[in-house]
Amino acid sequence: MKKRVLTVDDSRTIRNMLLVTLNNAGFETIQAEDGVEGLEVLETANPDVIVTDINMPRLDGFGFIEGVRKNDRYRAVPILVLTTESDAEKKNRARQAGATGWIVKPFDPTKLIDAIERVTA
Amino acid sequence: MDMNEIKEIFFQECEEQLAELESGLLKLNDGDRDPETVNAVFRAVHSIKGGAGAFGLDDLVSFAHVFETTLDCVRSNRLEPNQDVLKVMLRSADVLADLTNAARDGGSVDEGRSRQLIKELEALANGELPQAAAEPAPKKAAAAPAPAPAPAATEEGFQPVAFSFDEFETSEEPTIEPSTYEIAFRPKSDLYAKGNDATLLLRDLSRLGEMSIHCNTDDLPPLDRMNPEAAYFAWKVSLKTDKGEDAIRSVFEFAEWDCELEVTLAGGDAGDAREELPMQPVPFDLSMLDEEPAAQAGADEEEDQAVARQREVRDAAVSAAETASNVVRMAQAATQAPGDGGRSASTSAAAQASASQQAASAATPTIRVDLDRVDRLINLVGELVINQAMLSQSVIENDTNGTSSINMGLEELQQLTREIQDSVMAIRAQPVKPVFQRMSRIVREIADMTGKSVRLVTEGENTEVDKTVIDKLAEPLTHMIRNAVDHGLETPEKRVAAGKNPEGTVRLTAKHRSGRIVIELADDGAGINREKVRQKAIDNDLIAADANLSDEEIDNLIFHAGFSTADKISDISGRGVGMDVVKRSIQALGGRINISSKPGHGSVFTMSLPLTLAVLDGMVVTVANQTLVVPLTAIVETLQPEASAIHSFGASQRLISIRNSFCPLVDVGRILNFRASQANPVDGVALLVESEGGGQRALMVDAIQGQRQVVIKSLEANYTHVPGIAAATILGDGRVALILDVDAIVAASRGQSLKPEMSLAAAG
Repeated sequence: MKKRVLTVDDSRTIRNMLLVTLNNAGFETIQAEDGVEGLEVLETANPDVIVTDINMPRLDGFGFIEGVRKNDRYRAVPILVLTTESDAEKKNRARQAGATGWIVKPFDPTKLIDAIERVTA
Repeated sequence: MDMNEIKEIFFQECEEQLAELESGLLKLNDGDRDPETVNAVFRAVHSIKGGAGAFGLDDLVSFAHVFETTLDCVRSNRLEPNQDVLKVMLRSADVLADLTNAARDGGSVDEGRSRQLIKELEALANGELPQAAAEPAPKKAAAAPAPAPAPAATEEGFQPVAFSFDEFETSEEPTIEPSTYEIAFRPKSDLYAKGNDATLLLRDLSRLGEMSIHCNTDDLPPLDRMNPEAAYFAWKVSLKTDKGEDAIRSVFEFAEWDCELEVTLAGGDAGDAREELPMQPVPFDLSMLDEEPAAQAGADEEEDQAVARQREVRDAAVSAAETASNVVRMAQAATQAPGDGGRSASTSAAAQASASQQAASAATPTIRVDLDRVDRLINLVGELVINQAMLSQSVIENDTNGTSSINMGLEELQQLTREIQDSVMAIRAQPVKPVFQRMSRIVREIADMTGKSVRLVTEGENTEVDKTVIDKLAEPLTHMIRNAVDHGLETPEKRVAAGKNPEGTVRLTAKHRSGRIVIELADDGAGINREKVRQKAIDNDLIAADANLSDEEIDNLIFHAGFSTADKISDISGRGVGMDVVKRSIQALGGRINISSKPGHGSVFTMSLPLTLAVLDGMVVTVANQTLVVPLTAIVETLQPEASAIHSFGASQRLISIRNSFCPLVDVGRILNFRASQANPVDGVALLVESEGGGQRALMVDAIQGQRQVVIKSLEANYTHVPGIAAATILGDGRVALILDVDAIVAASRGQSLKPEMSLAAAG
């Protein structure tokens, strides 16, 4: 069965890149535009792994991760954070919020798929 | 979708983000300190950087990065966004826009300018708080003082090991002699709580080389005391690999804070190390990976049927929308989901719908339609309107009792036609915002060039008007703004001397007024120097030396060709484009431009433009057996003149007294040369009209036929320009009627008859 990935990113460009990359790699992709929408679609998306941006309107990545971890059903789902360079502060905050790992931008298809494979069986 | 399409989307998004950035910065400039405004500004730059990075647009990335860093200082309250700071940022936004355009169109950028701004931005980031600096490196040091990835590292002791997958890949390149490592790995419960999984880590380790794993189960309590969420196992791994220790550590990259990890190089035989360990070796089989990972057991409950159905719906929605845009995708899922009945599904769907609505307002989802298609539709609807009017007319003529159901049906048809027409027009209607936003940049540039301090205030940016009008508005508006700053505003010194705020204000306003859009450009500068204008006009033989001109007439002289009052032709305004060109382009849009000026207080340019170039509400009148249409927007009132109200004035002028004031009477038939002599006003009807700045006039017509919406057919396109006539239309009975150019008529009534060359000059 195809693995389902929920992506949360406010940038249309990045959303499209994620969509194309993930679909090409044989994932099923569900997309949300910010943390609030991410939490809203969480149940129906029922993802095997989540990829989220940090800087987003309404609810940022940290808040979104915390929200997912509070959900009994999804509290152990792997969450990868899209982060720039090696911004230690952000990674640390994401980890405290409950992120599983991160993908360093600039966006690169190989990195993305590698990271997803690392956290999924 | 391929990368080129995504790139296209990226540039579209950049445009939106740049607009967001600029409007956010302007809000900050006006004293807005809402953190969300700062966040939005930050996000805009951040998004551009993110996308640019993905496409390898390095210039854009590096500029955006510096900009972002400075904005981050503002966001974290380390830098007060005062006017000076915002000046730099607004200019940076301009450079960012230039870089984006250059990246898209391959043009060149003023590199000196962007380098200069990078310096200024860095100075801002550094200047305010030297420690929390512009570059990420010192920040890292401050955030993570822990020297080494100690196994007991707390969250705060997070160690930023600079790591990227690139390094991971290149580290495979150099051949390191295969050596055996002993890896002691003891996960904490947090590791599972964050979605990591010991088995997956071990799987990744096994990919590095030959490996033997032993699991230490010593800590495993009896079942009745076992906490299913706790971590009880530890592993001892012996790995023979040529990838080196870094590769091993990188496997634990995501997990190293939530486990105890020791990696040691075993001296010789791996077996020795194992024996030193006081633990009970339990064979550990990686094949259990094929089962569901333990940590996900909680999520492995049976899905109830509702959820399963939701999922199906979702699947369908997602695949159906694959080719559609994201927004459409979400909206589809949202509208389809409620069908399955589950409570959670419908609430989430509703929420989703609202979310996509919000997204819609934020991201303005668009479909691209060829303008030609819209125009064709508009044209067809125009024909429909005419046809419907003709149908109504012939029904009325043939069905005199007027009670039949046909009449009711016709009325409905009329209403529907009108609605269709409005909707079609709305397709072309766009807010003037993009044009207005472009102006703020123009103002900044000219302010920089002239050394003046200028604030642009915009109002009514969301006023909508036909796209054709918007497209053609940018150029004249740009020129007028340049003029306003260059000629209108004084230098800061002069302003201070005049007791004014050294910072000049240029106010750009858009509003709807009686079916037209009125755009006002006001400056608080010195106003028009009438003496100078007059002198210049005399020097240029535009007027006679002894001409007796009203203030308004003098002001309007600046619309004459080749007229410039600046003593020297400056860089900015002296580009060979005068206000006459501005005026002509406004007129070409069916608009009017007018100026009013107050010495010492500034000037106001008022442009009045039609909302659409396609339809018009008009009053159908008869003049000398001709049917004419007078734009309804121009008419203030209509009245039947009484003989006692008519007064002669001079040789041929007549005035009509209306409520104790006198108003010149203009015989339309005479002005248009429909008849040789003036008609008797008492036999006709007077239309009191107001022209832009021209005051009121009473237009004499023979009779009023009625009021209706007419479809404008351009005379210029089909015939040629006729002075005094704005356009033509086809009436319900199939006859062609001319649409009156009220302003031209009024202007012509100021003494001269209507001649082609006069109509332009006189209209000024």
